[in-house]
Amino acid sequence: MKEFKGRVVAPGCVKAEALVSHGGLNTLASFQKALQFGDKKATCGDQNNPDLFNHQMFGKALCLPQTIGSTTGGMVLYCACSMGRQPACMLFSKPIDSLAGAGVILADVWLEGEDTKMPVIDSLGDDFLEYVKTGMTITVKEDGVVVVEG
Amino acid sequence: MFLTEEQQAILNGSKGETMAKVMESVVRYGELFGAEKLIPVTSKYNHLVTSFGLKALGPVYDLFNKLIEDGAISQQKFSVDPRPCDPNVPKNFIQDIIFNKIMYSKQDFYEGQLKSLGLMDDNAFTCACYMDEVGNKPAKGEVLSWAESSAVVYANSVLGAKVNRNSGIIDIMQSIVGYVPYFGLVTDEGRKATWVVEIKTTKKPEAQLLGSAIGMKVMEDVPYIKGLDKWLGTELDDAACTYLKDFGAATASNGAVGLYHVENLTPDAVEQGEKLITKDAKVYVIDDAELQRVYDSYPVMWKNKDAKPKLCFMGCPHMSLEQLKTWTDKVENGLKEAGNKKVLIPTVFTAAPAVIKEFEKTPYAARLKACGVIVSYICPLMYMNNPLCGKMPVITSSNKLRTYTTARYYTDDEILVQITKGGN
Repeated sequence: MKEFKGRVVAPGCVKAEALVSHGGLNTLASFQKALQFGDKKATCGDQNNPDLFNHQMFGKALCLPQTIGSTTGGMVLYCACSMGRQPACMLFSKPIDSLAGAGVILADVWLEGEDTKMPVIDSLGDDFLEYVKTGMTITVKEDGVVVVEG
Repeated sequence: MFLTEEQQAILNGSKGETMAKVMESVVRYGELFGAEKLIPVTSKYNHLVTSFGLKALGPVYDLFNKLIEDGAISQQKFSVDPRPCDPNVPKNFIQDIIFNKIMYSKQDFYEGQLKSLGLMDDNAFTCACYMDEVGNKPAKGEVLSWAESSAVVYANSVLGAKVNRNSGIIDIMQSIVGYVPYFGLVTDEGRKATWVVEIKTTKKPEAQLLGSAIGMKVMEDVPYIKGLDKWLGTELDDAACTYLKDFGAATASNGAVGLYHVENLTPDAVEQGEKLITKDAKVYVIDDAELQRVYDSYPVMWKNKDAKPKLCFMGCPHMSLEQLKTWTDKVENGLKEAGNKKVLIPTVFTAAPAVIKEFEKTPYAARLKACGVIVSYICPLMYMNNPLCGKMPVITSSNKLRTYTTARYYTDDEILVQITKGGN
Protein backbone atom coordinates (compact mmCIF):
# COMPACT_ATOMS: atom_id res chain seq x y z
CA MET A 1 0.00 0.00 0.00
CA LYS A 2 1.21 3.48 -0.80
CA GLU A 3 -0.27 6.95 -0.36
CA PHE A 4 0.05 9.90 -2.69
CA LYS A 5 -1.12 13.47 -2.20
CA GLY A 6 -2.35 15.71 -4.99
CA ARG A 7 -4.44 18.81 -5.60
CA VAL A 8 -8.22 18.50 -5.44
CA VAL A 9 -9.70 19.68 -8.75
CA ALA A 10 -13.18 18.24 -8.15
CA PRO A 11 -13.86 17.00 -4.61
CA GLY A 12 -15.24 13.63 -3.58
CA CYS A 13 -14.44 10.24 -2.05
CA VAL A 14 -14.44 7.02 -4.03
CA LYS A 15 -13.03 3.50 -4.10
CA ALA A 16 -12.47 1.85 -7.49
CA GLU A 17 -10.26 -0.40 -9.56
CA ALA A 18 -7.35 1.33 -11.27
CA LEU A 19 -7.10 1.65 -15.03
CA VAL A 20 -3.73 3.10 -15.97
CA SER A 21 -2.72 5.00 -19.08
CA HIS A 22 0.98 5.78 -19.27
CA GLY A 23 0.49 7.96 -22.34
CA GLY A 24 -1.85 10.92 -22.60
CA LEU A 25 -5.56 10.15 -22.72
CA ASN A 26 -6.99 11.25 -26.04
CA THR A 27 -10.46 12.09 -24.75
CA LEU A 28 -12.30 12.29 -28.07
CA ALA A 29 -10.69 9.17 -29.49
CA SER A 30 -11.31 7.30 -26.22
CA PHE A 31 -14.96 8.23 -25.57
CA GLN A 32 -16.52 9.11 -28.91
CA LYS A 33 -17.77 5.68 -29.94
CA ALA A 34 -19.00 4.89 -26.44
CA LEU A 35 -21.06 8.07 -26.32
CA GLN A 36 -22.34 7.79 -29.86
CA PHE A 37 -23.45 4.20 -29.75
CA GLY A 38 -24.80 3.84 -26.24
CA ASP A 39 -21.94 1.84 -24.71
CA LYS A 40 -22.66 2.22 -21.01
CA LYS A 41 -19.29 0.68 -20.10
CA ALA A 42 -17.54 3.47 -22.00
CA THR A 43 -15.12 1.10 -23.73
CA CYS A 44 -12.00 2.98 -24.82
CA GLY A 45 -11.83 3.35 -28.61
CA ASP A 46 -8.38 4.93 -28.90
CA GLN A 47 -6.31 2.64 -31.12
CA ASN A 48 -3.16 4.60 -30.26
CA ASN A 49 -3.39 3.92 -26.56
CA PRO A 50 -2.43 0.28 -25.96
CA ASP A 51 -2.95 0.66 -22.19
CA LEU A 52 -6.62 1.57 -22.56
CA PHE A 53 -7.80 0.39 -25.97
CA ASN A 54 -10.89 -1.84 -25.59
CA HIS A 55 -10.89 -1.44 -21.77
CA GLN A 56 -13.97 -0.34 -19.87
CA MET A 57 -13.49 3.18 -18.51
CA PHE A 58 -16.85 3.64 -16.75
CA GLY A 59 -16.52 3.18 -13.01
CA LYS A 60 -12.72 2.82 -13.09
CA ALA A 61 -10.15 4.97 -11.33
CA LEU A 62 -8.55 6.37 -14.45
CA CYS A 63 -4.86 7.10 -13.78
CA LEU A 64 -3.10 9.17 -16.41
CA PRO A 65 -0.48 11.86 -16.96
CA GLN A 66 -2.80 14.28 -18.81
CA THR A 67 -5.28 14.40 -21.68
CA ILE A 68 -4.29 15.15 -25.28
CA GLY A 69 -5.83 15.60 -28.71
CA SER A 70 -8.93 17.40 -29.97
CA THR A 71 -10.26 20.46 -28.20
CA THR A 72 -13.65 18.78 -28.05
CA GLY A 73 -12.05 16.93 -25.11
CA GLY A 74 -13.61 18.98 -22.32
CA MET A 75 -17.01 18.89 -23.95
CA VAL A 76 -16.73 15.11 -24.33
CA LEU A 77 -15.92 14.75 -20.62
CA TYR A 78 -18.87 17.02 -19.78
CA CYS A 79 -21.16 14.78 -21.87
CA ALA A 80 -19.74 11.59 -20.31
CA CYS A 81 -20.49 12.97 -16.83
CA SER A 82 -23.93 14.19 -17.86
CA MET A 83 -24.79 10.78 -19.30
CA GLY A 84 -23.38 8.90 -16.29
CA ARG A 85 -20.63 7.16 -18.28
CA GLN A 86 -17.65 8.79 -16.64
CA PRO A 87 -14.78 7.06 -14.82
CA ALA A 88 -15.20 6.77 -11.04
CA CYS A 89 -12.45 9.35 -10.74
CA MET A 90 -9.59 10.81 -12.77
CA LEU A 91 -6.14 10.89 -11.21
CA PHE A 92 -3.52 12.95 -13.01
CA SER A 93 0.19 12.55 -12.31
CA LYS A 94 0.84 15.99 -13.88
CA PRO A 95 -1.05 19.26 -13.40
CA ILE A 96 -4.35 18.94 -15.24
CA ASP A 97 -4.39 20.21 -18.85
CA SER A 98 -6.71 22.90 -20.18
CA LEU A 99 -9.08 20.51 -21.98
CA ALA A 100 -9.72 18.14 -19.10
CA GLY A 101 -9.77 21.09 -16.71
CA ALA A 102 -12.54 22.77 -18.68
CA GLY A 103 -14.60 19.58 -18.82
CA VAL A 104 -14.29 18.99 -15.09
CA ILE A 105 -15.21 22.59 -14.21
CA LEU A 106 -18.15 22.64 -16.63
CA ALA A 107 -19.52 19.42 -15.17
CA ASP A 108 -19.11 20.73 -11.63
CA VAL A 109 -20.77 24.10 -12.36
CA TRP A 110 -23.61 23.02 -14.67
CA LEU A 111 -24.56 19.44 -13.76
CA GLU A 112 -26.57 18.30 -10.78
CA GLY A 113 -27.08 14.84 -9.34
CA GLU A 114 -24.78 12.28 -7.72
CA ASP A 115 -24.54 10.16 -10.87
CA THR A 116 -22.79 13.02 -12.69
CA LYS A 117 -20.02 13.45 -10.11
CA MET A 118 -16.40 12.54 -10.78
CA PRO A 119 -13.69 13.34 -8.20
CA VAL A 120 -10.54 14.61 -9.88
CA ILE A 121 -7.08 14.92 -8.33
CA ASP A 122 -4.04 16.23 -10.20
CA SER A 123 -0.30 16.75 -9.57
CA LEU A 124 0.12 13.31 -7.99
CA GLY A 125 3.65 13.09 -9.38
CA ASP A 126 5.51 10.72 -11.71
CA ASP A 127 6.01 8.27 -8.82
CA PHE A 128 2.27 7.71 -8.70
CA LEU A 129 2.06 6.65 -12.32
CA GLU A 130 5.14 4.44 -11.95
CA TYR A 131 3.68 2.69 -8.92
CA VAL A 132 0.04 2.19 -9.84
CA LYS A 133 -0.93 -0.75 -12.07
CA THR A 134 -4.19 -1.60 -13.78
CA GLY A 135 -6.28 -3.75 -11.46
CA MET A 136 -4.99 -2.28 -8.19
CA THR A 137 -7.50 -0.80 -5.75
CA ILE A 138 -7.65 2.97 -5.42
CA THR A 139 -9.19 4.96 -2.61
CA VAL A 140 -9.61 8.70 -3.09
CA LYS A 141 -10.09 10.84 0.00
CA GLU A 142 -11.65 14.29 0.31
CA ASP A 143 -8.32 16.03 0.97
CA GLY A 144 -6.61 14.81 -2.21
CA VAL A 145 -4.95 11.76 -0.66
CA VAL A 146 -4.93 8.76 -2.99
CA VAL A 147 -4.31 5.31 -1.49
CA VAL A 148 -3.10 2.59 -3.84
CA GLU A 149 -3.37 -1.05 -2.77
CA GLY A 150 -2.16 -3.93 -4.85
CA MET B 1 -8.29 35.84 -9.01
CA PHE B 2 -8.58 39.61 -9.21
CA LEU B 3 -11.86 40.63 -10.83
CA THR B 4 -12.90 44.10 -11.93
CA GLU B 5 -16.11 45.56 -10.49
CA GLU B 6 -17.94 44.68 -13.71
CA GLN B 7 -16.67 41.08 -13.71
CA GLN B 8 -17.48 40.63 -10.02
CA ALA B 9 -20.98 42.03 -10.55
CA ILE B 10 -21.66 39.53 -13.33
CA LEU B 11 -20.39 36.74 -11.08
CA ASN B 12 -22.73 38.00 -8.38
CA GLY B 13 -25.71 37.83 -10.71
CA SER B 14 -26.13 41.37 -12.04
CA LYS B 15 -26.90 39.95 -15.49
CA GLY B 16 -28.90 36.97 -14.31
CA GLU B 17 -28.25 33.51 -12.95
CA THR B 18 -27.18 31.91 -16.22
CA MET B 19 -24.68 34.66 -17.00
CA ALA B 20 -23.34 34.29 -13.44
CA LYS B 21 -22.74 30.57 -14.06
CA VAL B 22 -21.01 31.35 -17.36
CA MET B 23 -18.71 33.75 -15.51
CA GLU B 24 -18.19 31.20 -12.73
CA SER B 25 -17.14 28.61 -15.33
CA VAL B 26 -14.58 30.99 -16.85
CA VAL B 27 -13.23 32.16 -13.49
CA ARG B 28 -12.90 28.65 -12.07
CA TYR B 29 -11.29 27.48 -15.31
CA GLY B 30 -8.72 30.27 -14.94
CA GLU B 31 -8.15 29.67 -11.24
CA LEU B 32 -7.35 26.05 -11.97
CA PHE B 33 -4.35 27.25 -13.97
CA GLY B 34 -3.27 30.00 -11.59
CA ALA B 35 -4.64 32.89 -13.63
CA GLU B 36 -4.48 36.11 -11.61
CA LYS B 37 -6.90 38.04 -13.81
CA LEU B 38 -9.11 38.00 -16.87
CA ILE B 39 -8.05 39.83 -20.04
CA PRO B 40 -10.36 41.05 -22.84
CA VAL B 41 -10.91 39.01 -25.98
CA THR B 42 -9.73 41.34 -28.77
CA SER B 43 -10.31 39.42 -32.01
CA LYS B 44 -13.24 40.30 -34.27
CA TYR B 45 -14.50 36.71 -34.50
CA ASN B 46 -14.51 33.60 -32.37
CA HIS B 47 -14.13 30.01 -33.60
CA LEU B 48 -15.96 27.03 -32.09
CA VAL B 49 -15.00 23.38 -32.35
CA THR B 50 -18.42 21.74 -32.08
CA SER B 51 -20.07 21.71 -35.50
CA PHE B 52 -21.86 18.41 -35.52
CA GLY B 53 -25.44 17.67 -34.55
CA LEU B 54 -24.56 14.34 -33.05
CA LYS B 55 -27.53 12.77 -31.31
CA ALA B 56 -25.28 11.80 -28.37
CA LEU B 57 -24.51 15.42 -27.53
CA GLY B 58 -27.87 16.03 -25.87
CA PRO B 59 -26.27 17.60 -22.78
CA VAL B 60 -24.59 20.24 -24.98
CA TYR B 61 -27.86 21.14 -26.74
CA ASP B 62 -29.60 21.47 -23.37
CA LEU B 63 -26.87 23.78 -22.15
CA PHE B 64 -26.93 25.90 -25.32
CA ASN B 65 -30.73 26.13 -25.10
CA LYS B 66 -30.35 27.55 -21.64
CA LEU B 67 -27.84 30.14 -22.88
CA ILE B 68 -30.17 31.18 -25.72
CA GLU B 69 -33.34 31.29 -23.60
CA ASP B 70 -31.64 33.37 -20.92
CA GLY B 71 -30.00 35.76 -23.39
CA ALA B 72 -26.43 34.75 -22.57
CA ILE B 73 -25.26 35.47 -26.10
CA SER B 74 -21.83 36.63 -27.27
CA GLN B 75 -21.30 39.98 -28.97
CA GLN B 76 -18.75 38.18 -31.16
CA LYS B 77 -19.87 36.24 -34.20
CA PHE B 78 -18.03 32.99 -34.89
CA SER B 79 -17.02 30.38 -37.42
CA VAL B 80 -17.25 26.71 -36.50
CA ASP B 81 -15.70 23.40 -37.54
CA PRO B 82 -16.87 21.61 -40.73
CA ARG B 83 -20.25 20.00 -41.27
CA PRO B 84 -20.25 16.20 -40.83
CA CYS B 85 -22.27 15.34 -43.93
CA ASP B 86 -22.18 16.21 -47.62
CA PRO B 87 -24.37 14.44 -50.21
CA ASN B 88 -21.48 14.60 -52.71
CA VAL B 89 -19.27 12.29 -50.64
CA PRO B 90 -19.64 8.59 -51.54
CA LYS B 91 -21.65 6.50 -49.11
CA ASN B 92 -23.82 3.45 -49.37
CA PHE B 93 -27.49 3.14 -48.48
CA ILE B 94 -26.84 1.92 -44.93
CA GLN B 95 -24.27 4.64 -44.28
CA ASP B 96 -26.74 7.22 -45.52
CA ILE B 97 -29.33 6.04 -43.01
CA ILE B 98 -26.80 5.88 -40.18
CA PHE B 99 -25.44 9.38 -40.91
CA ASN B 100 -28.73 11.19 -41.38
CA LYS B 101 -31.23 9.24 -39.30
CA ILE B 102 -29.11 8.07 -36.38
CA MET B 103 -25.80 9.86 -35.86
CA TYR B 104 -26.35 13.39 -37.08
CA SER B 105 -30.11 13.55 -36.75
CA LYS B 106 -29.77 16.73 -34.68
CA GLN B 107 -27.73 18.60 -37.32
CA ASP B 108 -30.48 20.99 -38.46
CA PHE B 109 -31.54 21.64 -34.88
CA TYR B 110 -27.97 22.34 -33.81
CA GLU B 111 -27.28 24.64 -36.76
CA GLY B 112 -30.36 26.59 -35.66
CA GLN B 113 -28.82 26.94 -32.22
CA LEU B 114 -25.53 28.11 -33.75
CA LYS B 115 -27.37 30.82 -35.72
CA SER B 116 -29.04 32.01 -32.53
CA LEU B 117 -25.68 32.07 -30.78
CA GLY B 118 -23.93 34.14 -33.51
CA LEU B 119 -22.75 32.05 -36.47
CA MET B 120 -20.90 34.32 -38.98
CA ASP B 121 -22.86 33.03 -41.98
CA ASP B 122 -24.42 29.84 -43.33
CA ASN B 123 -21.12 28.68 -44.83
CA ALA B 124 -18.80 29.46 -41.92
CA PHE B 125 -18.13 25.76 -41.37
CA THR B 126 -14.44 24.89 -41.54
CA CYS B 127 -11.55 23.96 -39.28
CA ALA B 128 -9.32 26.30 -41.33
CA CYS B 129 -11.22 29.51 -40.54
CA TYR B 130 -7.99 31.53 -40.84
CA MET B 131 -7.91 31.16 -44.62
CA ASP B 132 -8.18 34.54 -46.38
CA GLU B 133 -11.24 33.33 -48.26
CA VAL B 134 -13.09 32.56 -45.00
CA GLY B 135 -12.23 35.82 -43.29
CA ASN B 136 -11.66 34.81 -39.68
CA LYS B 137 -7.94 35.62 -39.59
CA PRO B 138 -6.79 37.31 -36.38
CA ALA B 139 -3.91 39.77 -36.34
CA LYS B 140 -0.65 39.27 -34.46
CA GLY B 141 -1.03 39.81 -30.74
CA GLU B 142 -4.83 39.56 -30.68
CA VAL B 143 -6.36 37.56 -27.83
CA LEU B 144 -8.77 34.82 -28.87
CA SER B 145 -11.26 32.46 -27.26
CA TRP B 146 -10.96 29.82 -29.98
CA ALA B 147 -11.12 26.06 -29.74
CA GLU B 148 -10.23 23.48 -32.49
CA SER B 149 -6.74 22.19 -31.90
CA SER B 150 -5.47 22.72 -35.45
CA ALA B 151 -6.80 26.29 -35.60
CA VAL B 152 -5.43 27.17 -32.15
CA VAL B 153 -1.93 25.95 -32.96
CA TYR B 154 -2.01 27.79 -36.31
CA ALA B 155 -3.27 31.04 -34.76
CA ASN B 156 -0.61 30.97 -32.04
CA SER B 157 2.31 29.81 -34.15
CA VAL B 158 1.82 31.17 -37.68
CA LEU B 159 -0.31 34.26 -36.99
CA GLY B 160 1.20 35.21 -33.63
CA ALA B 161 -2.20 35.52 -31.97
CA LYS B 162 -2.67 34.50 -28.32
CA VAL B 163 -4.98 31.68 -27.38
CA ASN B 164 -5.00 28.68 -25.08
CA ARG B 165 -6.07 25.22 -26.13
CA ASN B 166 -9.62 25.90 -25.09
CA SER B 167 -12.18 23.17 -24.97
CA GLY B 168 -15.56 23.14 -26.67
CA ILE B 169 -18.19 24.99 -24.55
CA ILE B 170 -15.51 27.04 -22.76
CA ASP B 171 -14.76 28.55 -26.20
CA ILE B 172 -18.21 30.14 -26.37
CA MET B 173 -18.47 30.93 -22.66
CA GLN B 174 -15.30 33.05 -22.68
CA SER B 175 -16.64 34.88 -25.71
CA ILE B 176 -19.99 35.48 -23.99
CA VAL B 177 -18.33 37.22 -21.04
CA GLY B 178 -15.73 38.81 -23.35
CA TYR B 179 -12.73 37.73 -21.30
CA VAL B 180 -10.24 34.87 -21.11
CA PRO B 181 -8.17 33.92 -18.06
CA TYR B 182 -4.57 35.11 -18.20
CA PHE B 183 -2.53 31.90 -18.17
CA GLY B 184 -0.58 29.58 -20.43
CA LEU B 185 -0.22 30.52 -24.07
CA VAL B 186 -1.68 34.00 -23.69
CA THR B 187 1.23 34.99 -21.41
CA ASP B 188 4.80 35.77 -22.52
CA GLU B 189 6.21 33.20 -20.12
CA GLY B 190 3.83 30.49 -21.36
CA ARG B 191 5.04 31.02 -24.92
CA LYS B 192 8.64 30.10 -24.08
CA ALA B 193 9.99 26.88 -25.60
CA THR B 194 10.90 23.99 -23.31
CA TRP B 195 12.07 21.79 -26.17
CA VAL B 196 14.58 22.38 -28.96
CA VAL B 197 13.89 20.21 -31.98
CA GLU B 198 16.75 19.85 -34.44
CA ILE B 199 15.78 18.80 -37.96
CA LYS B 200 18.60 16.84 -39.60
CA THR B 201 16.80 15.07 -42.43
CA THR B 202 18.29 14.67 -45.89
CA LYS B 203 15.10 15.86 -47.59
CA LYS B 204 12.12 18.07 -46.76
CA PRO B 205 10.29 16.20 -44.01
CA GLU B 206 6.68 15.21 -44.62
CA ALA B 207 4.65 17.85 -42.73
CA GLN B 208 2.17 15.42 -41.19
CA LEU B 209 4.86 12.94 -40.18
CA LEU B 210 7.15 15.55 -38.66
CA GLY B 211 4.23 17.05 -36.72
CA SER B 212 3.26 13.64 -35.44
CA ALA B 213 6.80 12.87 -34.26
CA ILE B 214 7.11 16.19 -32.44
CA GLY B 215 3.61 15.99 -30.94
CA MET B 216 4.19 12.52 -29.54
CA LYS B 217 7.54 13.60 -28.07
CA VAL B 218 6.79 17.01 -26.53
CA MET B 219 3.07 16.43 -25.79
CA GLU B 220 1.72 19.77 -24.44
CA ASP B 221 5.04 21.61 -24.37
CA VAL B 222 6.25 24.36 -26.71
CA PRO B 223 8.97 23.29 -29.18
CA TYR B 224 11.48 25.60 -30.87
CA ILE B 225 12.31 24.00 -34.18
CA LYS B 226 15.71 24.50 -35.78
CA GLY B 227 16.63 23.50 -39.32
CA LEU B 228 13.14 23.57 -40.82
CA ASP B 229 13.73 26.96 -42.44
CA LYS B 230 16.27 25.16 -44.64
CA TRP B 231 13.31 23.43 -46.30
CA LEU B 232 10.56 26.04 -45.92
CA GLY B 233 12.53 29.25 -46.41
CA THR B 234 12.15 32.35 -44.27
CA GLU B 235 8.94 33.78 -45.75
CA LEU B 236 5.44 32.82 -44.64
CA ASP B 237 4.21 32.41 -48.21
CA ASP B 238 1.28 30.20 -49.27
CA ALA B 239 3.41 27.07 -49.49
CA ALA B 240 4.99 27.58 -46.06
CA CYS B 241 1.63 28.39 -44.44
CA THR B 242 0.07 25.29 -45.98
CA TYR B 243 2.94 23.14 -44.73
CA LEU B 244 2.66 24.63 -41.23
CA LYS B 245 -1.12 24.13 -41.22
CA ASP B 246 -0.72 20.38 -41.75
CA PHE B 247 2.35 20.11 -39.54
CA GLY B 248 0.63 21.94 -36.68
CA ALA B 249 -2.53 19.85 -36.88
CA ALA B 250 -0.43 16.72 -36.44
CA THR B 251 1.45 18.16 -33.45
CA ALA B 252 -1.88 19.07 -31.83
CA SER B 253 -3.69 15.79 -32.46
CA ASN B 254 -0.82 13.32 -31.97
CA GLY B 255 0.24 15.29 -28.92
CA ALA B 256 -1.25 18.40 -27.35
CA VAL B 257 0.87 21.16 -28.85
CA GLY B 258 -0.77 24.60 -28.84
CA LEU B 259 2.21 26.63 -30.03
CA TYR B 260 5.46 25.96 -31.84
CA HIS B 261 8.21 28.25 -33.03
CA VAL B 262 10.10 27.71 -36.28
CA GLU B 263 13.46 29.45 -36.30
CA ASN B 264 13.65 32.36 -38.78
CA LEU B 265 10.07 31.78 -39.94
CA THR B 266 7.21 32.08 -37.44
CA PRO B 267 6.50 35.54 -35.93
CA ASP B 268 7.62 35.02 -32.32
CA ALA B 269 10.80 33.24 -33.46
CA VAL B 270 11.64 35.95 -35.98
CA GLU B 271 11.16 38.62 -33.31
CA GLN B 272 12.81 36.98 -30.33
CA GLY B 273 14.97 34.16 -31.71
CA GLU B 274 16.63 31.90 -29.16
CA LYS B 275 15.51 34.15 -26.29
CA LEU B 276 12.34 32.07 -26.51
CA ILE B 277 14.19 28.95 -25.36
CA THR B 278 14.22 28.20 -21.64
CA LYS B 279 17.53 27.35 -19.96
CA ASP B 280 16.71 23.73 -19.22
CA ALA B 281 15.09 22.98 -22.58
CA LYS B 282 15.28 19.35 -23.67
CA VAL B 283 16.57 18.40 -27.11
CA TYR B 284 14.95 16.13 -29.71
CA VAL B 285 16.90 15.34 -32.88
CA ILE B 286 14.91 14.25 -35.91
CA ASP B 287 16.64 12.53 -38.80
CA ASP B 288 15.41 10.24 -41.57
CA ALA B 289 15.62 7.18 -39.32
CA GLU B 290 13.53 8.81 -36.59
CA LEU B 291 10.79 9.74 -39.06
CA GLN B 292 10.81 6.19 -40.40
CA ARG B 293 10.56 4.83 -36.84
CA VAL B 294 7.51 7.00 -36.19
CA TYR B 295 5.90 6.01 -39.50
CA ASP B 296 6.47 2.32 -38.77
CA SER B 297 4.92 2.67 -35.30
CA TYR B 298 1.44 3.49 -36.60
CA PRO B 299 -0.95 0.60 -36.08
CA VAL B 300 -2.97 -0.53 -39.10
CA MET B 301 -6.55 -0.81 -37.91
CA TRP B 302 -8.09 -2.39 -40.99
CA LYS B 303 -9.63 -5.83 -40.51
CA ASN B 304 -7.88 -7.00 -43.66
CA LYS B 305 -4.53 -5.25 -43.69
CA ASP B 306 -4.06 -6.08 -47.39
CA ALA B 307 -7.44 -4.76 -48.45
CA LYS B 308 -7.74 -2.56 -51.51
CA PRO B 309 -8.57 1.00 -50.38
CA LYS B 310 -12.18 1.99 -50.98
CA LEU B 311 -11.87 5.69 -50.24
CA CYS B 312 -9.17 8.34 -49.97
CA PHE B 313 -9.57 11.49 -47.88
CA MET B 314 -7.27 14.49 -48.22
CA GLY B 315 -7.83 17.67 -46.25
CA CYS B 316 -7.88 17.18 -42.50
CA PRO B 317 -7.42 20.03 -41.70
CA HIS B 318 -9.17 21.57 -44.70
CA MET B 319 -7.00 22.21 -47.76
CA SER B 320 -5.90 25.67 -48.82
CA LEU B 321 -6.56 27.11 -52.28
CA GLU B 322 -2.86 26.71 -53.01
CA GLN B 323 -3.06 23.06 -51.97
CA LEU B 324 -6.08 22.34 -54.18
CA LYS B 325 -4.27 23.82 -57.17
CA THR B 326 -1.00 22.00 -56.48
CA TRP B 327 -2.81 18.70 -56.05
CA THR B 328 -4.73 19.22 -59.27
CA ASP B 329 -1.40 19.35 -61.12
CA LYS B 330 -0.07 16.36 -59.20
CA VAL B 331 -3.11 14.18 -59.87
CA GLU B 332 -3.25 15.15 -63.53
CA ASN B 333 0.43 14.37 -64.03
CA GLY B 334 0.21 11.13 -62.07
CA LEU B 335 -2.71 9.89 -64.14
CA LYS B 336 -0.96 10.89 -67.36
CA GLU B 337 2.20 9.00 -66.40
CA ALA B 338 0.18 5.89 -65.61
CA GLY B 339 -2.01 6.16 -68.70
CA ASN B 340 -5.15 6.52 -66.59
CA LYS B 341 -7.92 9.04 -67.02
CA LYS B 342 -9.53 9.05 -63.59
CA VAL B 343 -8.40 8.27 -60.06
CA LEU B 344 -8.47 4.57 -59.27
CA ILE B 345 -9.78 5.01 -55.73
CA PRO B 346 -12.79 7.23 -54.91
CA THR B 347 -11.02 10.35 -53.67
CA VAL B 348 -12.36 13.31 -51.70
CA PHE B 349 -10.47 16.58 -51.19
CA THR B 350 -11.96 18.70 -48.42
CA ALA B 351 -11.80 22.47 -48.02
CA ALA B 352 -13.77 25.36 -46.56
CA PRO B 353 -16.92 26.32 -48.48
CA ALA B 354 -15.42 29.76 -49.17
CA VAL B 355 -12.19 28.21 -50.47
CA ILE B 356 -14.16 25.82 -52.69
CA LYS B 357 -16.10 28.79 -54.06
CA GLU B 358 -12.86 30.54 -55.05
CA PHE B 359 -11.40 27.30 -56.41
CA GLU B 360 -14.42 26.86 -58.63
CA LYS B 361 -13.70 30.23 -60.23
CA THR B 362 -10.36 28.87 -61.47
CA PRO B 363 -9.72 26.47 -64.38
CA TYR B 364 -8.26 24.01 -61.88
CA ALA B 365 -11.73 23.02 -60.63
CA ALA B 366 -12.85 21.54 -63.93
CA ARG B 367 -9.48 19.81 -64.37
CA LEU B 368 -9.68 18.20 -60.93
CA LYS B 369 -13.26 17.12 -61.55
CA ALA B 370 -12.19 15.56 -64.84
CA CYS B 371 -9.69 13.48 -62.86
CA GLY B 372 -12.61 12.10 -60.85
CA VAL B 373 -11.75 13.83 -57.57
CA ILE B 374 -14.64 15.06 -55.45
CA VAL B 375 -14.22 18.38 -53.64
CA SER B 376 -16.25 18.65 -50.46
CA TYR B 377 -16.72 20.84 -47.38
CA ILE B 378 -17.20 17.78 -45.15
CA CYS B 379 -15.28 16.89 -41.98
CA PRO B 380 -13.66 13.54 -42.84
CA LEU B 381 -13.27 12.78 -39.16
CA MET B 382 -16.99 13.06 -38.54
CA TYR B 383 -17.73 11.05 -41.68
CA MET B 384 -15.61 8.19 -40.39
CA ASN B 385 -16.95 8.16 -36.83
CA ASN B 386 -19.23 5.17 -37.22
CA PRO B 387 -18.91 1.38 -37.04
CA LEU B 388 -19.31 0.91 -40.80
CA CYS B 389 -16.24 3.00 -41.53
CA GLY B 390 -14.32 0.86 -39.07
CA LYS B 391 -14.65 -1.95 -41.58
CA MET B 392 -13.88 0.27 -44.54
CA PRO B 393 -10.29 0.57 -45.84
CA VAL B 394 -9.82 4.34 -46.05
CA ILE B 395 -6.46 5.96 -46.81
CA THR B 396 -5.30 9.46 -45.93
CA SER B 397 -2.21 11.59 -45.55
CA SER B 398 -3.76 13.25 -42.49
CA ASN B 399 -2.22 12.23 -39.21
CA LYS B 400 -5.18 13.74 -37.37
CA LEU B 401 -7.61 11.54 -39.28
CA ARG B 402 -5.38 8.52 -38.65
CA THR B 403 -5.33 9.26 -34.93
CA TYR B 404 -9.09 9.50 -34.47
CA THR B 405 -10.31 6.87 -36.94
CA THR B 406 -9.32 3.62 -38.64
CA ALA B 407 -7.99 5.48 -41.68
CA ARG B 408 -4.53 4.32 -42.74
CA TYR B 409 -1.79 6.90 -43.08
CA TYR B 410 0.38 7.25 -46.17
CA THR B 411 2.70 10.07 -47.17
CA ASP B 412 1.52 12.51 -49.83
CA ASP B 413 3.67 10.81 -52.48
CA GLU B 414 2.34 7.37 -51.54
CA ILE B 415 -1.24 8.64 -51.67
CA LEU B 416 -0.62 10.07 -55.11
CA VAL B 417 0.69 6.73 -56.38
CA GLN B 418 -2.27 4.88 -54.89
CA ILE B 419 -4.95 7.08 -56.38
CA THR B 420 -3.36 7.59 -59.79
CA LYS B 421 -1.52 4.32 -60.42
CA GLY B 422 -3.18 1.90 -58.02
CA GLY B 423 -1.62 -0.81 -55.89
CA ASN B 424 -0.88 -0.88 -52.20
